[in-house]
Amino acid sequence: MNKEERLIKRYKAEKRFQFYGKAAIFMALLFLVVFLTKIFSTGYTAFQKTWLVIPVNYNADLLYLDPDKKPTTEDINDADFYEFGIETFITLDPDASEDQIMELKKMFAFTFERELKYYLLDNPDSFGKTVDVKLTASDDLDQVFKGNYPRDIPENRRRASDYQLKIFDKLNEDGRVISEFNASFFTNADSREAELAGIASSFMGSLFSILVCLSIAFPVALLAAVYLEEFAPKNRFTDFIEVNINNLAAVPSIVFGLLGLGVLLAVFGLPRSTPLVGGITLSLMTLPTIIIAARASLKAVPPSIREAALAMGASRMQTTMHHTVPLALPGTLSGTIIGLAQALGETAPLILIGMVAFVNTIPGTPMDPAASLPVQIYIWAESAERGFVEKVSACIMVLLFFLIFMNLGAQLIRHKFEKKWN
Amino acid sequence: MNSVIFLTIVLLALSSYFFGRKKAILIQSNKRLTALPKFYGYYLAIWCGAPAFLLYALWSIFEPSIVRFFILSDYSSQGLLEGELNLFYEKVKSLSRNQYSGELTAELQRSAEKYLNFRDIAKWSKVVIVLSLLIASTGYAYTKISNNTKTREPVEIFLKGVFFLSSLAAILTTIGIIFSLLFQTIEFFQVIPLFDFVFGMHWYPAKAFVRDASEALDPSMYSDTFGAVPIFAGTFFIALIAMCVAIPIGLLSGIYMAEYASKRLRQYAKPVIEILAGIPTVVYGFFAALTVGPFLKDLGLSLGLEVSAESALAAGGVMGIMIIPFISSLSDDVITSVPQNLRDGSYAMGATKSETIKRVIFPAALPGIVGSILLGVSRAIGETMIVVMASGLAANLTLNPLESTSTITAQIVVILIGDQQFGDPKTQAAFALGLSLFIVTLVLNIVALSVVKKYREKYE
Repeated sequence: MNKEERLIKRYKAEKRFQFYGKAAIFMALLFLVVFLTKIFSTGYTAFQKTWLVIPVNYNADLLYLDPDKKPTTEDINDADFYEFGIETFITLDPDASEDQIMELKKMFAFTFERELKYYLLDNPDSFGKTVDVKLTASDDLDQVFKGNYPRDIPENRRRASDYQLKIFDKLNEDGRVISEFNASFFTNADSREAELAGIASSFMGSLFSILVCLSIAFPVALLAAVYLEEFAPKNRFTDFIEVNINNLAAVPSIVFGLLGLGVLLAVFGLPRSTPLVGGITLSLMTLPTIIIAARASLKAVPPSIREAALAMGASRMQTTMHHTVPLALPGTLSGTIIGLAQALGETAPLILIGMVAFVNTIPGTPMDPAASLPVQIYIWAESAERGFVEKVSACIMVLLFFLIFMNLGAQLIRHKFEKKWN
Repeated sequence: MNSVIFLTIVLLALSSYFFGRKKAILIQSNKRLTALPKFYGYYLAIWCGAPAFLLYALWSIFEPSIVRFFILSDYSSQGLLEGELNLFYEKVKSLSRNQYSGELTAELQRSAEKYLNFRDIAKWSKVVIVLSLLIASTGYAYTKISNNTKTREPVEIFLKGVFFLSSLAAILTTIGIIFSLLFQTIEFFQVIPLFDFVFGMHWYPAKAFVRDASEALDPSMYSDTFGAVPIFAGTFFIALIAMCVAIPIGLLSGIYMAEYASKRLRQYAKPVIEILAGIPTVVYGFFAALTVGPFLKDLGLSLGLEVSAESALAAGGVMGIMIIPFISSLSDDVITSVPQNLRDGSYAMGATKSETIKRVIFPAALPGIVGSILLGVSRAIGETMIVVMASGLAANLTLNPLESTSTITAQIVVILIGDQQFGDPKTQAAFALGLSLFIVTLVLNIVALSVVKKYREKYE
């Protein structure tokens, strides 16, 4: 091999190596793109909800009410809307057999009684008349309408029967199937029925946990960082604390869950499944992150600031509290937000302390049982019903939105308020 | 009642701040102050609030167990088991709240009355003692500031003490972790021999059904149930698959970012890749279970391979994607900090850029890169949700990436999800697994951090 050929070979190797590098970056970005596209394409339909608009005859006889008198609120509240609903559904197909009536009923969410009642309560004038009422479609039909559910597989492997599809198509032709923004996804608590399940309860659970976490972790971490940076003597014990903090930052999150279970629940007897315990567990986990960020920003404050304050006769404590800490606050805050964003996405420790319970009420205080957004994702991802797949993706979108929002906030604080010392 | 005491303490402390400051201004009219007036206020407020609050907190922590001791001391001579005493005490408590629905006995009634009595005494004595301590300590501090003693130094020493206590939080957390893990693990090893756990080949915790608390433990029931070898093997196997994805991609992109990439590409591509590290793991788990698992299964079918829908490959592969940014950022930092003169020397000898990277920079940066990989491995071993959602929950001892396996973290979740019964070997097994996870990741982290640190010192 002569010199020239060897040079060509070496240059080729150079090109190859560069190509590998580019390919690796491309792969990493490709994963991200595939991943986000998949989540968004399965999730966006969850923000739409399918309603069936059907004619309802608020006939006094069907409701067992007095036809000559306008019913009071109590009368309506006491009336039986189940039988009334069934009678209404029969009008969709007057020839329906017993079994088919049950199928008709299953085309609607089980809240049809409440929806029929509330319509009448809101529109008392419709008593005795036939009006169009919007009812929530069952999640099977919801999925069929959104095109997430194949219609051509054999009937016995399908959740929606041929009969239901026939009625549904007829309604659709009449323009009686409408799709609107799914507000109940944001206002409802969790439910076993996919069409009714919402994220309100898990959102409040996350919010309470994060607030508890913030109110414990931020002050403790800031004070600890101030002690270690400004006051701690250089000795073995201080080194030991430092090593401890660094190691704690790398302990797997599930170990903190075991700590919460073994100490907070078993020894201190705090209430299970509550955002209080979740928040305390998460605060222990975020503590090292915030301490490390706070120490870095305290270190970045130039010594000249401290010396100037000391020279003016301020005590060490005054120098720290009036000058060093305020200057280090932006960096500490942005580190805190990043730590909280991590805590917000954490699942495993919360599962261990029981925040995985099915909660169908919206918690009002941190002492009420609750789930959290990531745990809600886990709970829904484990359920078999088809309707939950889009809900999971939608919940992920909400969670990612908050994470992006928090990280941008951290960036903003850093760029806007942090002083550059040069 | 508790919140009333708490609020009273806070309010009194706040008002004594203003009171102390006012006193200082009064003193100022005929004497020179030893510190700024607000320090007189702080001094009085701290003496008012801190001792009372400390006593209040300690009292609240110890009151329940002291009351319990007094109630149960009547029955200590009857030779009852710990569990029976607990049950009795719960009955007494629920009876005193009028929520008891079981059989009423004279003993129970008497104890419930005694319990209510004790609670009443405890409550009122708490109020009286806490308030009198508050008055005493405030009075002491008031005479001090009236005599115009030093106030700034004591206040600053107090604050420093609070700072110091906060810095102990990290140590307390570590102690808490070790205490909770070790305590349960020791109990576990009293039933299951250590040897069976570390070298046993079968893991079926479901076999160890929940038993009645009063029943005696029969260790033979659990033989061949808690052998952790398949779990350990599964953990390292999935971590290995993850590293097979993460090391090449992470390392190559780190090298490219550090050595080749233009400033613009670095500016945009680096944060975008780091998004991968910020995505919650439960989201990766969902992605692996919903998309990657079925995709691999279909791919396997078309190639004539039998692929489990919950294969180790799906979980490990997705975990690898998650770890890419850890390795790429860290190795990027490490390579950037290799001194420029090493590069210049190599270029001067006529080496191309890739030859310089491969023969000079990579060896020089190797310790740091190894450190970053070890940190990645520790992440992979501790990762929970991806495995719980995408890999199997049955512990198979297999080296086939297309089959399902389970990991330490997944088994902890499987055992502890839902209601746990403390004192049950199954629950304790989860803590034993947790302890082994803690030790493994701790060792990996210590080694990785010391390697990275040593390397940094070398070039600084």
